[in-house]
Amino acid sequence: MLSLLPVQKLLRQLPAGPAGRPKKTAGGDTAEEVTSPVHDDLKEMLDSNKDSLKLEAMKRIVAMIARGKNASDLFPAVVKNVACKNIEVKKLVYVYLVRYAEEQQDLALLSISTFQRGLKDPNQLIRASALRVLSSIRVPIIVPIMMLAIKEAASDMSPYVRKTAAHAIPKLYSLDSDQKDQLIEVIEKLLADKTTLVAGSVVMAFEEVCPERIDLIHKNYRKLCNLLIDVEEWGQVVIINMLTRYARTQFLSPNQNVSVGDAKDAKAEAASLAKRKPYVMDPDHRLLLRNTKPLLQSRNAAVVMAVAQLYFHLAPKAEVGVIAKALVRLLRSHRSVQYVVLQNVATMSIKRRGMFEPYLKSFYIRSTDPTQIKILKLEVLTNLANETNISTILREFQTYIRSMDKDFVAATIQAIGRCATNIGKVRDTCLNGLVQLLSNRDELVVAESVVVIKKLLQMQPAQHSEIIKHMAKLTDNIQVPMARASILWLIGEYCEHVPKIAPDVLRKMAKSFTNEEDIVKLQVINLAAKLYLTNSKQSKLLTQYVLNLAKYDQNYDIRDRARFIRQLIVPTEKSGALNKYAKKLFLAQKPAPILESSFKDRDHFQLGSLSHLLNTKAVGYQELPDWPDEAPDPSVRNVEVRGAPQGAHVHGRAKVGASSQEPESVSEESGSSSSSSSSSSGSEEEDEDEEEGSGEQSEDKEEEEEKRLKRKEKEGSQKAASGSTVSPTPILGVLGTPASSKGRREWVGSPHRSLGPSQLLSPAFGAVRTYELLHRMAGEGLSVEYCFSRRPFPGDPHMVAVQIQISNNTDAEVKSLRVSEPKPLSGMRIQEFPEIGMRLAPGDTVSVVMGIDFCDSTQAANFQLCTHTRHFYVSIQPPVGELMAPVFMSENEFKKEQGEWGTGTGTGRCMDTHYPSANAHPPFCPLCRPCRGPRAPRAAGRG
Amino acid sequence: MLDNGFPLATESNILKELIKPPTILRTVVNTITGSTNVGDQLPTGQLSVVPWRRTGVKYTNNEAYFDVIEEIDAIIDKSGSTITAEIQGVIDACVKLTGMPDLTLSFMNPRLLDDVSFHPCVRFKRWESERILSFIPPDGNFRLLSYHVSAQNLVAIPVYVKHNISFRDSSSLGRFEITVGPKQTMGKTVEGVMVTSQMPKGVLNMTLTPSQGTHIFDPVTKLLSWDVGKINPQKLPSLKGSMTLQAGTSKPDENPTINLQFKIQQLAISGLKVNRLDMYGEKYKPFKGIKYMTKAGKFQVRT
Repeated sequence: MLSLLPVQKLLRQLPAGPAGRPKKTAGGDTAEEVTSPVHDDLKEMLDSNKDSLKLEAMKRIVAMIARGKNASDLFPAVVKNVACKNIEVKKLVYVYLVRYAEEQQDLALLSISTFQRGLKDPNQLIRASALRVLSSIRVPIIVPIMMLAIKEAASDMSPYVRKTAAHAIPKLYSLDSDQKDQLIEVIEKLLADKTTLVAGSVVMAFEEVCPERIDLIHKNYRKLCNLLIDVEEWGQVVIINMLTRYARTQFLSPNQNVSVGDAKDAKAEAASLAKRKPYVMDPDHRLLLRNTKPLLQSRNAAVVMAVAQLYFHLAPKAEVGVIAKALVRLLRSHRSVQYVVLQNVATMSIKRRGMFEPYLKSFYIRSTDPTQIKILKLEVLTNLANETNISTILREFQTYIRSMDKDFVAATIQAIGRCATNIGKVRDTCLNGLVQLLSNRDELVVAESVVVIKKLLQMQPAQHSEIIKHMAKLTDNIQVPMARASILWLIGEYCEHVPKIAPDVLRKMAKSFTNEEDIVKLQVINLAAKLYLTNSKQSKLLTQYVLNLAKYDQNYDIRDRARFIRQLIVPTEKSGALNKYAKKLFLAQKPAPILESSFKDRDHFQLGSLSHLLNTKAVGYQELPDWPDEAPDPSVRNVEVRGAPQGAHVHGRAKVGASSQEPESVSEESGSSSSSSSSSSGSEEEDEDEEEGSGEQSEDKEEEEEKRLKRKEKEGSQKAASGSTVSPTPILGVLGTPASSKGRREWVGSPHRSLGPSQLLSPAFGAVRTYELLHRMAGEGLSVEYCFSRRPFPGDPHMVAVQIQISNNTDAEVKSLRVSEPKPLSGMRIQEFPEIGMRLAPGDTVSVVMGIDFCDSTQAANFQLCTHTRHFYVSIQPPVGELMAPVFMSENEFKKEQGEWGTGTGTGRCMDTHYPSANAHPPFCPLCRPCRGPRAPRAAGRG
Repeated sequence: MLDNGFPLATESNILKELIKPPTILRTVVNTITGSTNVGDQLPTGQLSVVPWRRTGVKYTNNEAYFDVIEEIDAIIDKSGSTITAEIQGVIDACVKLTGMPDLTLSFMNPRLLDDVSFHPCVRFKRWESERILSFIPPDGNFRLLSYHVSAQNLVAIPVYVKHNISFRDSSSLGRFEITVGPKQTMGKTVEGVMVTSQMPKGVLNMTLTPSQGTHIFDPVTKLLSWDVGKINPQKLPSLKGSMTLQAGTSKPDENPTINLQFKIQQLAISGLKVNRLDMYGEKYKPFKGIKYMTKAGKFQVRT
């Protein structure tokens, strides 16, 4: 509120009434004068008490803006209505304000207080739009207010408002970049947000404001990876691009061992290779690759492109191939999408040719393609050419050469040239084909062929004097300067192969010298010089003549060249030492040109970026860093679990809150809310949350468990009904277990050994969580849920009791429900529930108990659930906590037990026997955070 | 809808909630009179976990229609052999169901689908594991899925084109003859056949007689189009005649390519078949319908 004061002061200083309109520059506009009566009418409507009239007026005003008419003189009248109750009117006033506030800054301040009120509105959509408009008003004075509003909105309970706050950040930054530090704080806070709605927007803000602060991402990296699939499309694009850059700084190159082959100094490389440990991909790197892969199936081309570039830049060579299919799919979309995709494919196909080879035919050119697309496809085809497919490609090229599109034909000829240089086998075939083109009627085609032939001949001139002769004849007909110049250069260079023709060509050219283009003239001089050196008898006079002509040429480059050459080749008394080397200078062996793609080395730009498309660095482009030599510490990405019990509790709450937040916010708004949407999708949401939860569980299962217990403890203590008095002082043993198979036998608190002094706690001290065994859709109407009832299973103390609830949602009866064919893993035992003989009528629910001995492992127990018609494969996977029994023991007892364990056999062994499965099966959850570090001791220590 | 250049809402259902679609035209007309083109409700869809579906949808007739449309992209060479052919398909849906239905769609032969891209409503994990499309549909028309049938599977080309287009060097007349016929159509009729061809610049005019349908040659753009209609296998449609070439110029290097469009109802050329459609989450029984169609995509015949 402090920041309001200067504004109010300012408002007081403002002259009242429309006469005080300041800084109005649009004056003198006659059209405006004419329409002003209409505006009076509008003003009247705006001043009226009826919302309908106001709405009408605002609609007309916004329509005027849309048609480009100036409505700025209505500003005071409109701004008054910013406080209007009607949402419809409000919205339109906002539209107006965003358009005109920058022009009339002082008057715009009138509206600020309304926005501040709007920011407190109970409806989240109003809060969000107030913030959106407030941040869109580019008035420097209100920067502090905006800052305050953003900060507040960033901790709003509605994710939608938080999203809007994220959007506001770059707007404020562009208005006043001094706020950067404060904004970074807000970004940091929002990055920690767990909702998908916010993720995309805040990463966008991050990219705009502080892309260099990569350290802010560490803690959120895994969360972003896991949320990615549920973020809206445009957010996905931003996040993927950011994560690409992040991964480049944090992980090692997955291809480092592969690229050794083409390293320059093999020795040093070998030494470093010896030192280098075998490459193991960072699990976080793997997580990113795995979580982005499904997005290749997105309908949004931008998302597909973003994932493709991520894979290209980050994935091991063997895995990059998956993107080819998706990129080829994009080739079918709109031509602008095609253009961008083809550009990227062209770059990729140079580096990883094998990837697109199976899709060669998808790049075949149709006569209806636009020229730009044709040329890019040609580029890709050329990049893909190899010894096996070259004959198909050349046959295809032959069709293209006859196209009506001459630019395309020229590009095809160049492509043939490139194929010929790259693949020695077909060089002669290509050359013959090109020579045939020399008799083409179109001059452009001939010229292009000459240029390409010249380059090809340079590689093996000796065998092709026939072609050179043929080309010499062409000088009479071809008018395209580049082609003429190429022919002259060829004859000059290889004049020894065509000793009879060369002087004759020079004679002809000397005749037409004055009418030639500059580029041709230079080559004529060149030819003359070379002939003078090799065959001075025949060409001495001609050379003199040409040099004399050149001496008086208009172009000084030509005069210069003539003077230089005369000094060099014609011996005079004064001529320097260079004279004897003239022949070496002119007729040295020249390296053949390398015909290479214009897309070579373009991949130093991040693919899919504008800079890549333009092949120059665009404004705001974030350089893609090189892989580091040494991986930075991966532990920075570990999300710390807060040590303090309160903290842990809050943490646990927050997780539950992630899913409950949305319904909360929905219920906030008045009127028809999307209650049905939230309720029906509730189950799905819960699933997701479960996954998310278990993702973190696998990382720190023990802490998690502890937290859960704590939570339950609290809930339990609130329930007066729970009989057992759970006082906070005694330690809640996490250590007891009803199941005591061999490996666990000596485990602290196991019933056989130490159940004597300690006692099993009442199992009903907390809400039990139910898990889904069979979804009603997978079960064709039959849905089965299970929970761990936390009671000893009667008959076998080693078994965990699992309560199964079967409900029939079909409209037919279900009979003879039973378990069949249990397939327990070694040591695991399943005690099936007796077949349910009775019929389960539609809508009925039945609950049974079965016992499973999980052998202290978290492996799933698989079995079949049968009805009279169907069999369903199901599996029950126990969370670690359910394998343990709550045991009540005093602190001393605990310490005693702990002491026994700390010394003697050692915790290490115990851990090993207890947790083999956890280590063997990292995918405790689908999100797979591999379990690392010792767990059991930690649990014991905390207990 | 953008906010500061960043897409805020592109989901058509949300946009439709903001501004009702049928009145968009009216908005343009009635800018001054001002109609109720703007939705009077707040766009709650943006807050939903299923942003693509409007809330509170109600219909008296609950119906769900799915159109399986396949397009053949092909290049046929001079001699009639296929250079490249692939099938691109889409499933367009028109779902008008009350409430929040949860649909599953399964295929008889999902293996045919080589490469798929989904509407965001489709649950990817279920597709991965069971090859079933499970989704809460958006309201109204939307594209559920687009897919690609791999080029490895041989594509049956349902039509053939016989052509004889020749220019002579000496005279200013050229010969032109096209016949279109059905081939591998699984007993279905080929309809909506349309032949277009971009003639070389040297062609001044064409004198042609079609055995059926109508044809137009535009002497400015040099575009020949022939609307054939249905193909009757007993009497194949043909277009014959001569071309007048510009005098004095040499004959064009290239023969024109022929672009073909056609439609075959009740046939998915790849053989894809929808097995069943189930609805959960709502009590009523919807009316379900599936339609198959094959069309020519970018179908070119080189001559």
